[in-house]
Amino acid sequence: MPPPLIEFRGVSRSYGEGEARVMALDTVDLTIEAGEFVAIMGPSGSGKSTAMNIIGCLDRPTAGHYLFQGADVSNLSRDQRALLRRHYLGFVFQGFNLLARTSALENVELPLIYKGMARTERIAWAEAALEKVGLSGRAGHDPSQLSGGQQQRVAIARALAGDPMVILADEPTGNLDTRRSHEIMELLAQLNRDDGITIVMVTHEEDMATYASRRIDFVDGRIVSDTGARAMEGAA
Amino acid sequence: MILESFRLALQAILRNLLRSFLTVLGIVIGVAAVIAMVTIGQGSSDQVTASVESLGSNVLVLRPGRAMMGPGVSDSAPEFRLADAEALAGLPVVAAAAPVSSTSLTVVYGNSNATTTITGTDTAYLDINSWDVTRGRSFTSAEERAGSAVCLVGETVRQKLFGATDPTGEMIRLKGVACEVVGLLAAKGASSFGMDQDDTVIVPIRMLQRRVTGSTDVANIRVSVAPGVTTDRAIRDIQTLMRERRHVAVGEEDDFSVTDMKEISSMLSGINNVLTGLLSSVAAVSLLVGGIGIMNIMLVSVTERTREIGIRLAVGAETGQVLSQFLIEAMVLSLIGGAIGIALGLLIAFVGAQVMAIPFAPSLGVVALAFVFSALVGVVFGYFPARSAARLDPIEALRHQ
Repeated sequence: MPPPLIEFRGVSRSYGEGEARVMALDTVDLTIEAGEFVAIMGPSGSGKSTAMNIIGCLDRPTAGHYLFQGADVSNLSRDQRALLRRHYLGFVFQGFNLLARTSALENVELPLIYKGMARTERIAWAEAALEKVGLSGRAGHDPSQLSGGQQQRVAIARALAGDPMVILADEPTGNLDTRRSHEIMELLAQLNRDDGITIVMVTHEEDMATYASRRIDFVDGRIVSDTGARAMEGAA
Repeated sequence: MILESFRLALQAILRNLLRSFLTVLGIVIGVAAVIAMVTIGQGSSDQVTASVESLGSNVLVLRPGRAMMGPGVSDSAPEFRLADAEALAGLPVVAAAAPVSSTSLTVVYGNSNATTTITGTDTAYLDINSWDVTRGRSFTSAEERAGSAVCLVGETVRQKLFGATDPTGEMIRLKGVACEVVGLLAAKGASSFGMDQDDTVIVPIRMLQRRVTGSTDVANIRVSVAPGVTTDRAIRDIQTLMRERRHVAVGEEDDFSVTDMKEISSMLSGINNVLTGLLSSVAAVSLLVGGIGIMNIMLVSVTERTREIGIRLAVGAETGQVLSQFLIEAMVLSLIGGAIGIALGLLIAFVGAQVMAIPFAPSLGVVALAFVFSALVGVVFGYFPARSAARLDPIEALRHQ
């Protein structure tokens, strides 16, 4: 039995000191297995984004332990966490976060540059990733020449290019209309289903959460409901 | 990987061409100023050196009046006479002595006229100054003795008066005196004082005295020291002779001065070096300001690109990679600025050299130094912005609008 992909053991994250101290996450226990598609929901300030940032190794817990594939990564240095992100994690953001005045292909190449991949190989990988999201004809376009849905596809291609185990999607459909939102969700579901990529998504839209195989609700820094493995079995 | 970084830096620079241009403008101006100053300074130094060398053997200039008196300051010392020059020529330490007087006049040839310096002297003057007659001939001793109306014209005068025609054998008028051009002087260029030496007409000194100025005064005497004689010894002998001739009592100061031209020239090149140094340091300050400009724009760029940095950090860029990205960008920027500055500086120096009629003397050393220095400016002034970029918190950076 391999260790779970993502495991929180009593993870807390607080901001500020003394009286002004705010607990964004309050001793959370959470386990996500490889291959799951998890939707994290909750009102704003519930701690869902904080949980996401810790899973994504962008932030560190102030207490407790975060185990990634069984290894405690809660006390890694800034650069060690960068390496973790580089090799295992992919990010998709609400605001797309593509580099302006930079072609779709170059945007997708970005994580590969930091992997130290040679240019020709990089272009091949980036083109493959763009093809996977159905944008092979748009490689030379700037973000400004692409629709919101297309931009989010480029962002997903960028997350994919690094060949991640997990894609972390923070409100990926927040800036899109309903039709595009569903297209993006289909794409994420397909990546989860066909490529076995674990997807952890923060959303506040019920519609979008239905694409996930598991739903976790946060309120005030605690998990208040978790559909757990049962839903996953259902999906499988 | 390094090559890759430079390629990416270039890409980032080209992505915002206007901002990049404004960023490097300071460096461009700074480097151009340094290069232009040093190159022009070197050129005028070379000019001074060349004019010292063109003096040939050691040349001394005798002037009436005490030393340290500026021109036009009279202390009622008697003027020299032609006989003084003759007596000096007779000294064993003297190779040649030429009396010199000059005046400014309008010279007329046909319909054209030019205002120029009329120098009255003799052929010894040409020997002392190693000045050749390229066309026609010099004066004969008969012409010199008689003060005949013959003259030699300088290159500038030839251009002004005669254009393409051969001046020898033509008649020109100097203050109503018709004068035959017997020879054309070789082009000599500007003197170390920046005067155009070719803008002159040379006539026998007796001719000038009798028919133009009407005075028997000799303004100065040029002497070349005999080979194998030290300048100091020559000056001592000359002083003894002249004191005697001018009846200067023992214990009294000389009422004339003997100036060593080489001394003046070396003094001039000294002044030149000081000036070049001064201007170059002013230019170097502007290079420093240019560097601060780079830092400023890079800092703005870091703020403006906070989100980009956030994205890079999110996809796995290490602190050092972001640092080196911005550092390399700053360096590439300032190197581009340096290269443009060098080209511009050399162009300015080239045009300046043409205008000032001095040699164009680009120095590889200075160009290399400017290049290295601009790279250094990039690293030093790029470091602070690069560090602040690398230290950004990825979460904050991604949230930045």
